[in-house]
Amino acid sequence: MGLKRFKLPDTGEGLTEGEVLQWLVEPGDVVTVNQNLVEIETAKAVVELPSPWAGTVRELYAEEGSTVDVGTPIIAIDVPAEADDADAGEGGPTSDFHDVAGEGSVPEENGRTSVLVGYGPKATSAKRRPRRSAAAAAAAPAAAAPTESVPAPVEMPAASVTVLAKPPVRKLARDLGVDLRSVTPTGPNGSVSREDVTAAAEAGAEPAPAAHGGPGLPMTVPANGWVPELSFDNAAREARIPVRGVRRHTAAAMVRSAFTAPHVTEFVTVDATRTMDLVRRLKTLPEFEGVKVSPLLLVAKAVLLAIRRSPIVNSRWDEQAQEIAVRGYVNLGIAAATPRGLVVPNVRDADALSLPGLAAALQHLTDVARSGRTPPADMQGGTFTITNVGVFGVDSGTPILNPGEAGILAVGAVREQPWVHDGQVVPRRVTTLGLSFDHRIVDGEQGSRFLRDVADFVEDPETRLFAWT
Amino acid sequence: MTVDSMASTRPRGDCVQLLTPEGERVTHPGYEDVDFSPEQVRGFYRDFVLVRRIDTEGTALQRQGELGIWASLLGQEAAQVGSGRALEPGDFVFPTYREHGVAWCRGIDPVNLLGLFRGVDHGAWDPAEMNFGLYTIVIGAQSLHATGYAMGMQRDGAEDAVLAYFGDGASAQGDVNEAFIWAGVFNAPIVFFCQNNQWAISVPLARQTRAPLYQRAQGFGFPGVQVDGNDVFAVHEVTKRALRGAREGNGPTLIEAVTYRMGPHTTTDDPTRYRIASEVEEWRLKDPIERVRVYLARNGLADQAFFDSVDEEANDLAASIRKRCIELPDPGPMRMFQQVYAEPSPTLERERAEYEEYLAGFEGSHA
Repeated sequence: MGLKRFKLPDTGEGLTEGEVLQWLVEPGDVVTVNQNLVEIETAKAVVELPSPWAGTVRELYAEEGSTVDVGTPIIAIDVPAEADDADAGEGGPTSDFHDVAGEGSVPEENGRTSVLVGYGPKATSAKRRPRRSAAAAAAAPAAAAPTESVPAPVEMPAASVTVLAKPPVRKLARDLGVDLRSVTPTGPNGSVSREDVTAAAEAGAEPAPAAHGGPGLPMTVPANGWVPELSFDNAAREARIPVRGVRRHTAAAMVRSAFTAPHVTEFVTVDATRTMDLVRRLKTLPEFEGVKVSPLLLVAKAVLLAIRRSPIVNSRWDEQAQEIAVRGYVNLGIAAATPRGLVVPNVRDADALSLPGLAAALQHLTDVARSGRTPPADMQGGTFTITNVGVFGVDSGTPILNPGEAGILAVGAVREQPWVHDGQVVPRRVTTLGLSFDHRIVDGEQGSRFLRDVADFVEDPETRLFAWT
Repeated sequence: MTVDSMASTRPRGDCVQLLTPEGERVTHPGYEDVDFSPEQVRGFYRDFVLVRRIDTEGTALQRQGELGIWASLLGQEAAQVGSGRALEPGDFVFPTYREHGVAWCRGIDPVNLLGLFRGVDHGAWDPAEMNFGLYTIVIGAQSLHATGYAMGMQRDGAEDAVLAYFGDGASAQGDVNEAFIWAGVFNAPIVFFCQNNQWAISVPLARQTRAPLYQRAQGFGFPGVQVDGNDVFAVHEVTKRALRGAREGNGPTLIEAVTYRMGPHTTTDDPTRYRIASEVEEWRLKDPIERVRVYLARNGLADQAFFDSVDEEANDLAASIRKRCIELPDPGPMRMFQQVYAEPSPTLERERAEYEEYLAGFEGSHA
């Protein structure tokens, strides 16, 4: 019967995609019916897909690690004619498997178009059949309909569901050829009343606004950070971004963290004026020549010193061993916004570095991250993270832990604000520190003590440096 | 006894076992004179292999996109074949959705089961003809239908019995407990057959019950028997006795067949997420088919040619049902008006006409 292509089926009620974990065959292999071809991971399970035919593998269409939509061909198998009849792997006229020659999702007589049985995915099988009607003679796609001023659209545009109106009123509007969106509502809670519809019908309904003519998002929005240029679909009024790479990783890590570690977040607002002064003075020292001295550097130092006093925040929950692993070193992660998305590279053994060494390490790390070249190894093994949301001009947030860590500190913007200093209200440079910690490990007492230590350092770095080291 | 004690080869206490996982024939008090002919044992073995092959083909077809879902019976073959082969022709079966082995014993074409999971019909056999009800997806609902049917039999003066299947999860359903009450109070000719496969989807038995399930029967006023559900001899004998008791007017019996669901609940879930591999491995050693195979071979009741011929038969069966499953025609949308109501009504006629008109509104013919 020639070359046949096996399309990724929906292996669990309503899945739309699967990730190819591992191919168990390669081109040239002879396979039998039900011989496992590939391991697929879906949202529900890892499953092996058995071959529907006996034959010779010709080509694999999906690479390991790639995510494939349900209904997409993943493998081509050359099926000899006699085997085809003998093993009955391929059916008669109602078979769901198309010959490659007959490719293209041609709907079959019964309306089914794809390899799928099951429920969810509609990408290939849910195309609307055209209605047989006078309007169809115009042969225009549905999206063009609302711009016509002919006051007799048979089908209500999808957007009309956002208009509040009771079903009988909707029917009346339809009968009278009134577009509900063009009616000024006077009913309760901004709903369209029967009277509104009849009044509109008498006045002659105005043409509906074009899908993107009014206020709202323009058709395209330029790229912003990791978010690519957005192009809005006219009909769906959505723009779609494939989830892959860093986005996918971030999403998985955040979900894992949020649903395994119970987070507690505490805030403290501190007077950072002395830290800012120290930053200014340090910049003039020859030891810091060529490296960036920033408030972040001193906050990092504060964190490293505070960890010495509260090592429990620098630990991890070992579920398997039912133990808490307290680290004797600090790999300090810095969350960085990059063109690829959020990455959290870390400075190895940051606690062992001198302040100039730490400054150099931080600068190197952020430079590499911004250029998008952070190697995966630099993102592993972190023990505590700082996220500098202040660079975006905001005061604080409730950061989500990097999986495998017990604490993350958000540093807000430093702003000049009225502050009581030595009994007087004076302008001071103030910032907010936000600490999230894993409440399985850290209680409010330890978390507060740690955060207070960091705050004390920021308020008066020199004395803490002497007191703690 | 608790389920933990099943970990040892011989169950303790009251659990009836006549064939150990090692294929050794043993006795149980009150079951000393039980005997099976070589033909009968070979028949069990053939049923096992064919039913397992039907089941693996169902799973494969689902993975190939030919079925929407499949509920595997893997590991429960002895519980199903042993009880299914204990039925007399006049007995009536109320299955869940996993009784492929019992369906096989009742002569249901396996393609009819595949068609249900392919979504082309709701079960294409005639329950009245096959004495095998339609698969029931609602957990435990069939226990009440079965009890009502048994009470009907009783009032007809029929000398038949009902065999109602359910699982350990259903034992916690109100329907099942209500069925116990009715069956007990009215002395209905029914056998409640619980396949305790240890898992209600992802919920372990320990979260369903504190006491062994078979002991519940006592509270409802009828006997409960626990049987090694992977031992076809014990299952067959216990079921046979219970059905005979029901036919002879002794009322209901609850049988708890202690077995294990080796696969997922259905093709839609991933059991590795909720149970540990060592538990599965432990049950693999108690495989219902292997012990019969060993018994046949050790006692010289079957030779290699027999085993080979059964394997060959299984392969032919698999190829046949695969081909026929894929060729099953999709039903037209008008079919839903044909079989829901026994008789037409004006409302139904109007809806049918409206829907016909609606379908005719599309370009290209349909309906």
